[in-house]
Amino acid sequence: MTDIEPDETVDARGAACPGPLMDLIGQIRDAEAGDVVRLLSDSDQSLTDVPEWAEEAGNELLDIEEFDDHNAFYVEKS
Amino acid sequence: MTEHVVIVGGGTGGTVLANDLADRLDAELDAGDVRITLVNDGADHVYKPVWLYVPFGQREPEDGRRPLDELVDDVVDLQIDRVTEIDTEAQRLRFDGTAPAVDYDYLVLATGSTLEPERIPGFAEGGYNYYSEAGSTALRDELLEFTEGHLVLSVIGTPHMCPAAPLEFVFMADDWLRERGLREDVDITYTYPIQRVHGNPHIAEWARPIMDDRGIGVETFFNAESIDPEAKTITSMEGTELDYDLLVTIPPHGGIDPIEEAGLGDNGWVDVDKHTLEAQAVDNVYALGDTADTGVPNAGSVAHYQAGVVGQRLASEIRGRPPTATYDGKTLCFIETGMDAASFVEFDYENQPSPAPPSEKLHWSKLAYNESYWLTARGLL
Repeated sequence: MTDIEPDETVDARGAACPGPLMDLIGQIRDAEAGDVVRLLSDSDQSLTDVPEWAEEAGNELLDIEEFDDHNAFYVEKS
Repeated sequence: MTEHVVIVGGGTGGTVLANDLADRLDAELDAGDVRITLVNDGADHVYKPVWLYVPFGQREPEDGRRPLDELVDDVVDLQIDRVTEIDTEAQRLRFDGTAPAVDYDYLVLATGSTLEPERIPGFAEGGYNYYSEAGSTALRDELLEFTEGHLVLSVIGTPHMCPAAPLEFVFMADDWLRERGLREDVDITYTYPIQRVHGNPHIAEWARPIMDDRGIGVETFFNAESIDPEAKTITSMEGTELDYDLLVTIPPHGGIDPIEEAGLGDNGWVDVDKHTLEAQAVDNVYALGDTADTGVPNAGSVAHYQAGVVGQRLASEIRGRPPTATYDGKTLCFIETGMDAASFVEFDYENQPSPAPPSEKLHWSKLAYNESYWLTARGLL
């Protein structure tokens, strides 16, 4: 259980790849520097897509919370 | 009591559905038990795949435009108005201007994609596109004058209409410039938002070696943040800056505002059951084509197949029978790989695409289908 308080949450559960990553990118695009966006995704691909993109874009992946049927990714906009 | 089916959107999905229902519900329409209204914000039906060929001088925008009243069965009431409010509680639509509100028993939203260039600073001034009639003719004029420099094609966001079209454009531009003896003086770069060249990994895996062989440069993880029309640069959220001489963009897309305002889904896309295409938030509302958030490509073939499913389900509901038809994700796409060769893919929710070897035969199949599309719109093919 994380104690990170997200500024925005994107629920991409049910979306096929690359939907979750694109939803996250769209939300980060509109966010302010320092904002934390939480992405909910049940696509396994997100486990590689999201860290790769966060690193490429210089944003920080603060945490990944694992649940039974989905994961929650916390990304801070740089 | 007369059941009123209202379809909003006279693109591929809405038009095919209107004709499908006119056929299925022939007896009920004759008896006055059912009424069908197709609402569109313009008098013409527009077949958008034509636009890909306009910049290369192979088609004119008029080739993709015909009056809706020539395509839609006379039994369907055609209303030319723009919907401004969807009241799902009262089952009522309101319109721009003076048109009175319309009540529905069943509503189908097939409003499609809207371009949102304003989301990227500098977009309108700095880039060209072939995702509208005006865009495709402006790009044609620019491309005809373009003899050397750096051509950049940037996919700004997904989902966008026809996911294969950006690949098609660079493959066609490469071939077209070679045929005209200009390719050595033109660099081509393709940018895509994620870590591969297409959303579908199987299509990306197929396309990448072709791009490499043909000297088409690739920038992945490139999400355009701004365009500077003066300096002729495009900069990504990831910090990459590209200089360009001619910028071709796939504009950001969204759905219509009344969908989000009605609580049916985000960004104008309706949250649906991806098999039944029923809206998840309310009863008696379906969505199809780009409007339905199913995760499948925004493609005419998808809207076409989904229209058949919604037609069967609505006809069953109106007759008091359980609807049984479901959508399995079926998608067909021809993919141009040059000016005289194309590939073909077919896939669904369970089966992944396996692109066919490019051939002239498939290229002509694509062009032949584009010509016969008007039979699809009429509900005949």
